[in-house]
Order: sequence, then structure tokens, then C-alpha cells
Amino acid sequence: MADNQITHPIKVQGLNHFFGTGEARKQAIWDLNLTIKRGSLTILMGPSGSGKTTVLTLMGCLRNVQEGRVGLLGHELHGASEAQLVQLRRRLGFIFQAHNLHESLTATQNVLMALQVHGRGNAAKQQVAARHILGLLGLADRADYLPQNLSGGQKQRVAIARALVSNPEVIFADEPTAALDKESGRVVVEMLKKLGQARGTTTVMVTHDNRIMDLADRIITLEEGRVVQDTAP
Amino acid sequence: MNAVLTWLFGRLPIGWLQLSHSRTRLFAAVAGVAFANLLVFMQLGIMGALNSSTVAPYSLLNADIILSSQEGNTLTDSGNIARAYMFQALGVPGVAAGTPLYIGNLPLSVADGSSISLLSFGLDVTQTGFVAASIAPEMGRLAIENAVLLDKDTRGMPADALASLATGGRFTFEANGKTLNAVGSMAVGGGFLADGMMVTSDQSFLRFFPSRNSGAPDQILLRVADGIAPDVVVERLRAVLPPENVKVQTVAKARAADLAFMATERPTGIIFGFGVFMGILVGLVIVYQVLSTDVADHLREYATFKAMGYDQPFFLGIVFEEALILAVLGFVPGLIVSIGLYTALNAVTGLPVAMVASRAVLVFVGTLVACSASGAIATRRLAAADPADLF
Repeated sequence: MADNQITHPIKVQGLNHFFGTGEARKQAIWDLNLTIKRGSLTILMGPSGSGKTTVLTLMGCLRNVQEGRVGLLGHELHGASEAQLVQLRRRLGFIFQAHNLHESLTATQNVLMALQVHGRGNAAKQQVAARHILGLLGLADRADYLPQNLSGGQKQRVAIARALVSNPEVIFADEPTAALDKESGRVVVEMLKKLGQARGTTTVMVTHDNRIMDLADRIITLEEGRVVQDTAP
Repeated sequence: MNAVLTWLFGRLPIGWLQLSHSRTRLFAAVAGVAFANLLVFMQLGIMGALNSSTVAPYSLLNADIILSSQEGNTLTDSGNIARAYMFQALGVPGVAAGTPLYIGNLPLSVADGSSISLLSFGLDVTQTGFVAASIAPEMGRLAIENAVLLDKDTRGMPADALASLATGGRFTFEANGKTLNAVGSMAVGGGFLADGMMVTSDQSFLRFFPSRNSGAPDQILLRVADGIAPDVVVERLRAVLPPENVKVQTVAKARAADLAFMATERPTGIIFGFGVFMGILVGLVIVYQVLSTDVADHLREYATFKAMGYDQPFFLGIVFEEALILAVLGFVPGLIVSIGLYTALNAVTGLPVAMVASRAVLVFVGTLVACSASGAIATRRLAAADPADLF
């Protein structure tokens, strides 16, 4: 596939973004330019209100691009139709700060939702894949629990399993380790890093967690909608 | 249930899992749908009984064409028609026989002092071809002065005396200053029109109703000759008889017209129609409430699914899945309770209230449609599920 040859799955050029209308209109992102390499683990940092989450949702097809260009996996997001965005979202993985698991579904069923979005597949294979990834995250014995019977950390790991199970090409994560202890937080980020090296999965993560900074390939600091620091540790 | 639904939808049955996860809400919703079903079934049941009792008197007759006064509304609520039209009709080719039918409501006092009324038919006892096979053999006995056949379900009459008529028992009662001899019974079924029915000879009828005269019956019954379609004869009769005075209809048409009249022009029909409407409205509102609350409670999850790449049809699918599950789960108890109440109502009032398959199917289809409509309205809330709010 041509997309696999893409060396830079994310290319942002001259991105501006505004919230509100009329008098209350306020610019959140100012002329942002950013290119992210395939297989890399990038951390976005910055104080609250710096626009890092806005950038994440713009790159992740969750918010419409107003001004500038955002290239994702070879597709331009500015002016893309809802159908195109839906198709692109299926190639991404999202890890939210809150786990956002469906309370009526077991851990396995929550993970299965990420596989079934690709259509009616082989149910038995999907089950195996879902249980396998839960096992990798240390949840083999919790696979059939409802979220209400899982601890906060366990729920977060189910959410991570859900984001990873369909082998997404780009993973967007917002404080994924906030609900995890130091050790399991590190395990998760190491896993993301290994996915980058083995499969070329690109990860963009918003975090303030100092315990994992050393795993990043690149750390970008935003302030008031502008890049103020861009380092490779 | 899960496995069946998973196979059916080709995905996890999210709707069912959501509904069954909050048992209280599921129970409330199912009870609401069942209650709405019950309301509709009761209204339709009583309306059905009204219809049955409207057309029940037809079951005593055996005619092809009926001539009525233009002023009349229904078979038993009619104006008078001159008997002369019968002789004129008998001259029309294709008309084989005719007989006048006298109809009246005979009030009488019963043993406990209350008064009842008997819907009375007066017929020529020699014209046995114009009555149903069930009473044709009894007509001979009505030749005796003041002899009558009584509906076995007549309200207010002693039940054991009525029952004894079938086995040769006889009894007398008084009405309008005359002594009537009950010499036999028939099965018409109680109804809204009167407390019971009575068939007697035209001669006795004119004695019970002294103000009536033989030249002005209520209806004229005609039979057509073999091999001729009644519709053809109806056209011929219409050409001959003055349309401003005489209504010419086949019996089937007259039955249908009576039903339509009772359903649309009499307050009872309108009241029950309104009751059905109210029942549907109650069901719509309850299902809409439950579904829209359910959508609102799951906006975060739906937004997450949107971020994962699920599109609008998927979410509509969840809501409709829930709507259909509620329709099915609510219909079953609604049907069972309705059948029970029909039986009770029939036992208490004697009205011909019974569950018929076509009504059950109709209400089930209506429930599916109403639940889907509620679901369709509830899906408008889905627009509030915005994945950008998740961060």
C-alpha cells in the first residue's frame, strides 16, 4: 500500500484555529507547522490552554480544520467530507484521559468494538485478538469483567487495548498514564514505542508525566498556541 | 439472547446490552409499552364488541338485497318504508321473493323492577327462507298468537328460564300490556343496542306495537333468482324505485355501511377511536422518554465510538435496535393481560369482547411502528455526541 511508504504521516502547515464567534472569537493555534516521522513517539507538552489538545483533535479528525493544511496519512483534512474523516478515523487509535469504556460491555466486548468498526469479520478471530491484547496488558483474568468491576488502572489499560487492537497507523493519546502507577504507565509507553519500531506505528501523546519523558523521540512544547521548544532527547 | 442478536446484527448487540444493563429502566420501558398496548387493546376490544353488536342482528337474516328508507341510519335505526315498494320490486326481473321486516324496541319491566328493552323483529312466519338456518325451524311455532323467540343471553331475564327454552321449557312475561309467550331461544349475543333480541311473527309484532301498521315496515328483504348477481339486480331496482325515498343495497353493503356509520357518526365509535389514539400517544411518549434518556446517558460512549470511526447509521441502528426490543418485550405482556381482561369483561357485561388474531397482529405492527417513530425522534439527540469534547 502506498500509505505504508509515507515517511511523515502527519504534516501540519500554517495551521490557525479559532474558538467562538464575533467579539468572543479567540485564536487558539497560531501558524503552526509540524511534521512527524513515521514510527516515532512524540510528546506534546505545555501548560493548560496552550492548545496541545486542540492540535491533537485537529490531527485526529475529531475537529474540523479552519485554516491551514493538515495532512494525515497522505490525506488533506482541510475540507475533507465527513465520510472521508470516518474512513480515516478507522486507521487511528485514540487513548483518552478518561477511559470512556462502555459500561454495558465487558472488557473484551469493549475491545471488540474497535475491531467490528472494520465490518463483519471472523468473530472467532476477533475474540482471539481481543483477548490476546488484553493479556499483553496484564488483564487476561479480567477479560469478561464489566468496567464497574475494574479498578481505574485496569479500565485505562482496557481503553489502551481497545486503541491498539486494530493495529492503528497513528495513535493519539491524551495523558494515557495519568490513571496508572509508575510501573504500568511505563509498560504502556514502552509498548507504544516498540510498536513504533516494529510496525512503524506513530504515536502523538499529550502528557506531563516526567517518568516517561526519556522514552520520547521528540518533545514539543506549546505555549499560547505556538511551538516554543522542539527537542529530541 | 446475546448470541442471537449478535448473529442478527453482525455486531455486538449494543442496544440490548445497554437496555439490559439498567434493569430498572428496561422494566419501566417494557411496562410502559405493555400499558399502552393494553389501552389500545381494550379500546379496540370494546369497539370490536360495538361492531359485533351492530351487525349481530344481520346473523338472523338470510337475504340478498335490502330496501330501506333514505332517512334510516342502520338496520335497527331506520325510518319506515312503504310496503308498496316491495310489490314494485317483485316486478323487477331477477327478484325472486320479498318480505317486509318490522323492527322495534320493546320496553318491559322485569322481576327485580328494572326495565329492559328487547330489540324485536317481526317477520312473516311462512317466509322461512328469509331467516337464518338456525331459527328457520322455529318459525312455525311463532304462528301462535304472541309467541316469541328470545336471545338466550338477554340481560335481566331469569337465566335458568332462558336456558330451559332450549330444552322445551316455556314461560310468559308481560310487555306493553300484552302477555308474551317465550317458545324458543336463539343465540345473537348481547350488545350495545338493547338488552336482548326477540323474533316474533309480523301479526304479533303489530299487536305489541299498536302504533305501527303493516303497510310501513322498517326494511324490505329481497332474494334474487338463482344465477343472477345481486349487484345487477340492485342496479335494476335503482332504476325503478324512487331514489329520494328508497335506499337499495346488497346485504353485505348494508352491513359495511352500518359499521362505518357507527364508527364515524356515533359518539361511541369516535370515543373509542380517540381512546386508541390516546393509547398510542402514551406509548410514543414513554418510549421516546426512555430512548432519549438512554441516548443522553451514553453520549460519551457514543462520542468515543465516533472517534473510533463509527458512522451515523451505526448509532441509528442502536436506537432502533432498542426501540424494536422494547416493542417486542412490551407487546407480549400487554397481549396476555388484555386477553385476561377481555375474558373478565365478557363475563361481567356479556359484551362480545374477544381477542382476534388480526387485531393482535395489527396492534403488534402498530407497536413496532410507534416504537420506531419514537426511536427516530430520539436519534436527534445523537448530534450532541461530539468526539472533540472527549479530550
